[in-house]
Amino acid sequence: MTAAVETGQTVIHGDRVSLLRVLGPAHVWALGVGIVLVGEFTGWNFSADKGGALAALIVCWIVGLLYTSVAMIDSEVTSTVAAAGGQYAQAKHIVGPLMAFNVALFLVFAYTMLEVSDAILLGDTIVAKAGVEGLTHNSFIAATIVVLAWLNYRGVLMTLNVNFVITAIAYVSIVILFFSVSPWTQGAVLKLNELVTPGNALPYGWIGVIAAFQFGIWYYLGIEGTTQAAEEVRSPARSLPYGTMAGMITLLIAAAMTWYVCASLMPWEYLGITYYPLWDAGKLTGSPLLENLLFIATLLAALASANGCINDAARAWFSLGRDRYLPSWFSAVHPKYRTPYRSILFLLPIALAFAFIADLNQAITFSILSGVLQYTFMSINIMMFRKKWPLGTIRRGYTHPFHPLPAIVLFCLCMVTFFAIFLGFGSQLIAMTVFYFLISLWFHFYRYKFVRRGDQFSMPWPKPQGY
Amino acid sequence: MARYIPPEQNKAGQVLDIAVVVVAIFVALWLPLKLGFAGAAKSIDALDAKTWDALGQNATMASIWEKLGYTPETAHDIIQNRFHYIIDWPTLIIMAILLIAYFVFLFRASDKEYREVINEKFDDK
Repeated sequence: MTAAVETGQTVIHGDRVSLLRVLGPAHVWALGVGIVLVGEFTGWNFSADKGGALAALIVCWIVGLLYTSVAMIDSEVTSTVAAAGGQYAQAKHIVGPLMAFNVALFLVFAYTMLEVSDAILLGDTIVAKAGVEGLTHNSFIAATIVVLAWLNYRGVLMTLNVNFVITAIAYVSIVILFFSVSPWTQGAVLKLNELVTPGNALPYGWIGVIAAFQFGIWYYLGIEGTTQAAEEVRSPARSLPYGTMAGMITLLIAAAMTWYVCASLMPWEYLGITYYPLWDAGKLTGSPLLENLLFIATLLAALASANGCINDAARAWFSLGRDRYLPSWFSAVHPKYRTPYRSILFLLPIALAFAFIADLNQAITFSILSGVLQYTFMSINIMMFRKKWPLGTIRRGYTHPFHPLPAIVLFCLCMVTFFAIFLGFGSQLIAMTVFYFLISLWFHFYRYKFVRRGDQFSMPWPKPQGY
Repeated sequence: MARYIPPEQNKAGQVLDIAVVVVAIFVALWLPLKLGFAGAAKSIDALDAKTWDALGQNATMASIWEKLGYTPETAHDIIQNRFHYIIDWPTLIIMAILLIAYFVFLFRASDKEYREVINEKFDDK
């Protein structure tokens, strides 16, 4: 094994050039919130389609609990296993190579399909705003994906600095919208009592609430992406928990404000199918300023999310190549920009292809499916982590409270979400699980022979208990 | 434990493996779209009378639909396009078995590989 040596900001593993440690807590926040905030601008509202407006609020809070568990668990494990690939590196050290291979695929699919969703949203929003007959979203989608891939190719610091600025602008736009519609009074602009009535609040009853879990995930999907930057953060033990938890609090506030304004401005049937609920909310206030602000914010949120997704998907793919789970060709780091450039370039045409053949809610469902599979893994992973290395046996950057309650809550909510996906999107769930099963067989019985066994465990920890 | 030396993979093998992964990704994601497996299972409960009242919209809702550019006729297919949550038990059982089998295989096979990793890592010392 090669020894890791830190020289200022550059980390050199033996003769290999590695990623730069240049990021702070603000970048971690920008990476997490930047990926997720687009969920307030589109996607969450499909939960109203599946269960009604009140169901969308209920799942906003319950799924918020799921993600609080994710953030707590992730902060503990990642502040201890600080390596590129995030949950992939965790799985490698705690569960085993096959699980790590699957987790990396969950990450790549979740982020690549999220990037596809972002590009579709951006293209459709521009086309809707232009209102020109015959104008299609294709050129806007292609330009978005290619330009952002180029930005990621050029360097992580510039990428995340851009993300920080555009995420902040998009977030502020939600706050401005909220306070512009006099949220403390009903009747003037907001009409919640007339739009969400006892007769239509839960049009499908409680089964609709369960079904709504599927798109409730979209309020927060991707916050766990903060861990992908673990190898590029200056102080992982401090920055990762701080950035992730701050991101989660930010998103809970944004989600609550978004639901309140949107549910008070449009009927649930329309809310459930629109691609741009916040932009529509801006239009329905009657203020051109708010309409244009929310239009720009929708574009910025989509850009920030796609940007972060390219960053995260490429790092997960890069990690697979570096450990020889996939051909090592993918593990190259650009000699000048220090980015996983081959992984970025490889995933570019895949994202482009799916942006042209999938529609928005299909791409979102692909992303959600991979996300929920990953969260199921995380709930079991933390139990194994605490069992193999009990508290006090290794140094943890952060120890999450109330263990094992967050893990149990997370596991139970994942089961509910699988059932929610089954209600309406069951065939898609079965097709993807079959894929993960088959690719796992390929890895275990064929590809694993190229993997160096002992090198998979690189943390300076004692032998796990029970082995 | 003897250190495991993996075989070196030649370029043709690497290209073949990349191709397998690309094909698998497209089959997993593109095939459900092509076969119509992806997307929401919804259908329209058509109404004869296409009025705001018949569509269950009060005066406030109707005014918002109109502000958004809809008439009762154009809003009909949006409002009446509904999910029908009937639990198909055989499919649900297949899904549950598949998910459980997948996770059981994942954890068991991973544990087998993990033991090799731990043995090699710690027995070297």
